[in-house]
Amino acid sequence: MDFAAIVVIQVLYAIASLALISLGLAIIFGMMRVINFAHGEFLMLGGYAVLLPVEAGVNLWLAMLVIAPVTVGLFGIVVERIIIRPLYGRIVETVLATWGLSLLMIGLASEIIGYYQAGAAPPLGTVQIGFYREGAYTFFVIGITAVIFVAVYLFLRRTRFGLIALGTMQNADMAAALGVNVNRVYAATFGLGAALSGLAGAIMAPIAGVVPIIGITYIAKAFITVIGGGTVFLAGTAAASVLFGTITQVVTFLSTSFGEVALLVVAVVLLHLLPEGITGRFLRRGL
Amino acid sequence: MSEPILRTVDLHRRFGGVAAVDGVNFAVEEGELRCIIGPNGAGKSTFFKMLCGLIHPSAGRILFRGEDIAGDERHRIARRGIAIKTQVPSVFDGLAVRENIRLSAARVQAAGVVDSAVTDVLARIGMVEHAHRLVGQLAHGQRQWVEIGMLLAAEPALVLLDEPTAGMTKDEVVRTAALIREMNTRHAVIVVEHDMQFIRMIARTVTVFHQGRILVEDSMDAILKNAQVRDVYLGKRSDAHA
Amino acid sequence: MRGKALGLWAAAIGALALAFGLPLFVETFFLVELTVYVVMAILALSLALVWGSAGILNFGQSAFFGLGGYAYTIAVMNMGDSTVPILIGIAVPAVFAVVTGYFLFYGRVSDIYLGTITLCVSLIFFNLINSSGAEYRIGIAPLGGNNGIPGVPPLNVPGNPERPLDFDEMYMLSMVVLVLVYLGLHWLLATRFGRVAVAIRENELRAELLGYDARLVKLAMFTIGAGIAGLSGVLFAAWGSFIGPTMFSIFFTAQIIIWIMVGGLGTLAGAVAGAVLIQWLTTWLGETKIADTNIVLGAIFVVFVLLVPRGIQPTIARWLAR
Repeated sequence: MDFAAIVVIQVLYAIASLALISLGLAIIFGMMRVINFAHGEFLMLGGYAVLLPVEAGVNLWLAMLVIAPVTVGLFGIVVERIIIRPLYGRIVETVLATWGLSLLMIGLASEIIGYYQAGAAPPLGTVQIGFYREGAYTFFVIGITAVIFVAVYLFLRRTRFGLIALGTMQNADMAAALGVNVNRVYAATFGLGAALSGLAGAIMAPIAGVVPIIGITYIAKAFITVIGGGTVFLAGTAAASVLFGTITQVVTFLSTSFGEVALLVVAVVLLHLLPEGITGRFLRRGL
Repeated sequence: MSEPILRTVDLHRRFGGVAAVDGVNFAVEEGELRCIIGPNGAGKSTFFKMLCGLIHPSAGRILFRGEDIAGDERHRIARRGIAIKTQVPSVFDGLAVRENIRLSAARVQAAGVVDSAVTDVLARIGMVEHAHRLVGQLAHGQRQWVEIGMLLAAEPALVLLDEPTAGMTKDEVVRTAALIREMNTRHAVIVVEHDMQFIRMIARTVTVFHQGRILVEDSMDAILKNAQVRDVYLGKRSDAHA
Repeated sequence: MRGKALGLWAAAIGALALAFGLPLFVETFFLVELTVYVVMAILALSLALVWGSAGILNFGQSAFFGLGGYAYTIAVMNMGDSTVPILIGIAVPAVFAVVTGYFLFYGRVSDIYLGTITLCVSLIFFNLINSSGAEYRIGIAPLGGNNGIPGVPPLNVPGNPERPLDFDEMYMLSMVVLVLVYLGLHWLLATRFGRVAVAIRENELRAELLGYDARLVKLAMFTIGAGIAGLSGVLFAAWGSFIGPTMFSIFFTAQIIIWIMVGGLGTLAGAVAGAVLIQWLTTWLGETKIADTNIVLGAIFVVFVLLVPRGIQPTIARWLAR
């Protein structure tokens, strides 16, 4: 019975962590049709933005929930201006340029911070479940992911900025005609996506640690989840995370080392069956 | 009576709950020139795209010389001898005019005569002196003519033209009309158009679409005098059925 | 047109002169270094064909390279003579390309989704080999896991395993292969098939409306590119006596793309130039340690996409035409 509970928790964690690391990419892809190939490095940056201040004595929660998203968000705004905006509308060039940015960021992180493993133990201790112990932080990750998704949904649907951003995404010319500063909306949207990526990287840092190349382990999973989810980005990311997260965790239980491979194989099959992603066929009316 | 070159039998196309094409029985004879007109939303574009194989019908048949082509792959339809000009010009912008035409001719001509066939077509569309220019750098009307040239080079049995004069100047429209009349001497042609001036230059039999069905099919003169057609274009309520 | 053909033959003859003449004047050590540039140039040509000419966005070309290297290695370790393994090294990636290509092109997967899937496939191989334990074997060949397979036997004179090719000969062979591939691709692109492939890249819909089956043409180009990449993988493994999973890594696949972007997307000579240039730069950075390789490559990548999107060769060509 308690083993079943552990399994459920692990699956929920796999779903939540996948959704969390994909959200920033999903927002940028869903709202701007931009594929940010440096997304993994935004996550890495978020990780360093929490671990380095903590090493310097800053409170963990402050660094994780404030410093990391703000830092990466501001960085995102700069990137949008210099790299994304000149290439707007050209999907392939954007992927290539952000891929270059990704290499650049990895190189800079290696040079400046070096390969020394920054780490922090997951806070909040452990919880006893029957015969097993589970880190309480696992529950935190699951919970905060849910909170973040709800918050983003409400933000986009209920606030003025959110509606302006959604409108601009649907029809930029119309928005401009109505007096919206489209460029500023794009910068803010990209910044929001970046901030969420930074937050995600920070939240994952106590568990996954941070090294300059950690982005590589995230990018494939996030990329697949977003594209597998389809154009309705919140519902799609959630749905794809449920599907991929569950399968990855199940395969990991059965064979330890082939969970990643299973994810990739399932993704290839999914995209073959549903070339527009999950929300190309289902959940089309969502956000 | 010989088999029509193209015939649709009870053709339907639904999008969700909306019937864009609602039971169309349509026929064009070999060597005929047919114009399809109708107000916006009448279903003529959807109907046309089904003929081209760009959309698959929800129900019904499309018979080309007696064979059902509904659901065929695009390149198969082309190989049967149907040449298509899309609404937005679909050409190879990065290649020269000559190469554009050549790609079409190469599929139907023997290797040795391809070049002369291409020169022939260039003369027919009046683009000989532009043969080596990149199509992307041509004026809009010229790009349309290159596309028409590609159709001619394929020596099709049937040519489908979707708004061939969209965006053209008056002079270009006149020249295109002449081109189509000349085209019709060798191939059957179906034209979907909005521009009534242009239609008048080329039309023989005209099919009028309305609300997914054929409203009326008659000669150009009769159509112009038809009160129902006028009402439909001016938006007055019409309780006529096809 | 005739000037172009002349230039082509001049380049080919020049390269062959370099191939057979250089060893007379230069230390073997230098030739060994040169050989890897030549091998990478062949790999660059394979992506130049698939992406530049046929317009197929393949983010996983390194997978075919790696497959070729591994297939050759496993085959030659089991068979002894290198002649058939070379063919296996070409055939395995080609067969794999046909299978994946069928799902991609007949499933009408396009553009960025194609890039995603091809990247994923490449990463699947990387993860698979990296996570597999060192105990897996095929015949007597150990798969090596994340350590790779050392001691890859060199190429030998066909039919005579006791007579391996020495470094000078490997260099000459690689140069000859490069020239043949280069000329071969120019010829291929001049045939009707090649011109149709380019047309499909320009406007797939129009090509199909003209009666060409775009799916089949793309599948063929994809497969040819895979075979060439496999061949370069064979040469690489035989040259360095080593093959490892880094050949499937995202870093390596990025490098191949950078070669093409720098040299000029859509050109063949540019691809060769880009590969040689960037390879040389990477080696130089590795030796002098002036700056981290990723910083330089990343910066080049970004700058070229933003400012010099056509790459070096077309930019120079246009400059000269003024």
